[in-house]
Amino acid sequence: MSQDIFVVIEHLQGRVMDISYVMLAAARKVADETGGDVVAVLLGHEAQKMASDLAADSVLYVEHPALSEFTSDAYQGALAELIKEKAPRVVLLGHTSVGMDVASGLSARLELPLVSQCQSFRAGDGAPKFVSQICGGKLMAEGDLPEATALVTVVPGGFKPEEGQSATPPQVAQELLPSLEQLRVTLKEYIEPEAGDVDISKESLLIAVGRGIQREDNLELAEELAEALGGVVCASRPVVDQGWLPTTRMVGKSGKAVKPTVYLALGISGAPEHAEGMAESETIIAINTDPAAPIFDVAKYGAEVDVLDLIPALTERVRQAKGG
Amino acid sequence: MNIVVPVKVVPDLVDELEITGDGNALDMTFMRMALNESDDHAIEQAILLKERGEATVTVMIPDVEDAERILYTAVAKGADQPIKLTGDFEDAVNNHALARVFARAVKEKELKPDLVLTGVQAHDDLDGSLGPLLAEYLEMPYVGYVSGVTLTDGKATVRKEYPGGLIAEMEVTLPAVLGIQAAEQPPRYVAISKTSQAMKIGGIVEHAVEELDPSGGPTVSRMSQPEVGERAEMIDGDEDKVATRLIEIFKELGVV
Repeated sequence: MSQDIFVVIEHLQGRVMDISYVMLAAARKVADETGGDVVAVLLGHEAQKMASDLAADSVLYVEHPALSEFTSDAYQGALAELIKEKAPRVVLLGHTSVGMDVASGLSARLELPLVSQCQSFRAGDGAPKFVSQICGGKLMAEGDLPEATALVTVVPGGFKPEEGQSATPPQVAQELLPSLEQLRVTLKEYIEPEAGDVDISKESLLIAVGRGIQREDNLELAEELAEALGGVVCASRPVVDQGWLPTTRMVGKSGKAVKPTVYLALGISGAPEHAEGMAESETIIAINTDPAAPIFDVAKYGAEVDVLDLIPALTERVRQAKGG
Repeated sequence: MNIVVPVKVVPDLVDELEITGDGNALDMTFMRMALNESDDHAIEQAILLKERGEATVTVMIPDVEDAERILYTAVAKGADQPIKLTGDFEDAVNNHALARVFARAVKEKELKPDLVLTGVQAHDDLDGSLGPLLAEYLEMPYVGYVSGVTLTDGKATVRKEYPGGLIAEMEVTLPAVLGIQAAEQPPRYVAISKTSQAMKIGGIVEHAVEELDPSGGPTVSRMSQPEVGERAEMIDGDEDKVATRLIEIFKELGVV
């Protein structure tokens, strides 16, 4: 086994995803401790140019037409070969729609240990330690990175993407073609998100509702507040999954990333999947009855009252303030 | 068409989470458990597929508190075969161990699934998600983050979610395991009386599992509340006091 840290680069539609840079930054920290290199693993087809700004000591580029866009079967097949042959100390994958599709499968296929939802790493005695964020951001779990090659899925938040970018292109070595036969998963097409009536990523004042809104009828209260304030209503995943608002209004991992001047979070717990899409907002105000809700860790102002009591009172005050 | 939905329970995040005296695990003594949310969506998606065509839906759960209620709720919604895996699930069990027992049960019970639907993830996953582990043990392909499934001719066409609302339409050869993020419609409500009725009729099949093998998961040495850099400035008082202060803040920010 080498002491190198492999980072599986994620890219979609020809663009390197931010999580890849986050992982490169994380990998540097671990490599400093193990004494190994940071090796970016880029799978693709005519995709070599995507390696140019990766902050890595070297890039292993695997070229194959079946790897041009992500599919779990082809990626897992190629990565399994590569990891078996090179036996790095750690392999970082995104805790994302891409990384999570293959990490567990690689763990089972290669009988390698897997740590998921890892946010950062700490120096340990002997082995570096993982620090994972679990239970909707309410708990941190840490332990030694398991021996043998440890597979790790990384969540955003622990490192800044800029730390994983470099102005100097790294050295790229092309790997031999893996044998990719009888693939069982194929990409048919990408479906771009609908435009929707408003683009929440361009709004400066967002009234975001979560589970605390309780019933579909109550959305009207939020709409009234938004109208009084001159803002737009958006939501966390549970509200959209209920069909109460269209997906174009969803903030978070699978939804939009927003950076408004004011983000008023009403009855939103602030699980990592949601925080990922709104933590960069200028001023976050959070209302939630649960004092332990992680939303209070990213908010500037907070209050532990029931949103259903607060919203009508607040709408009334806003109308008065604006009218008078 | 045989659809199998293996589900698990997770700590209910509405409750306060306590850490054991050793400081390395969640204290499960008084913890309320709830069906993993995306597993509920997996059950719903299975029933939607059944309603669109011929299918038998089997729901499997380890024998934990509330397991029977969860199974009978699934039956009341339209599931055909409830299976409870019996064994020692007292201690915290990881996904590697669960995937191994689910895979073995699928084979031993000769369920011959065309489709296995799992929730794409659970908030307490520390050793990866269950679906892709199960897929590997069953030698099936896996696609996760799925929010729509159409079945045609030995294949499933699925909608896979990517950041920013982008969807990839993927074709998967059956049999396959899919990790469901959201069913095509919200999990249906079922009246308690219907669940009670299903409970009276009974029909849960018990299947004993051998010793659990958690190898492949990490060992936790310390569990803690997140270190908070700068927590929100909390506004005290009732809704009127909070509203008054918020107006001041809005004025400072130039919103009103």
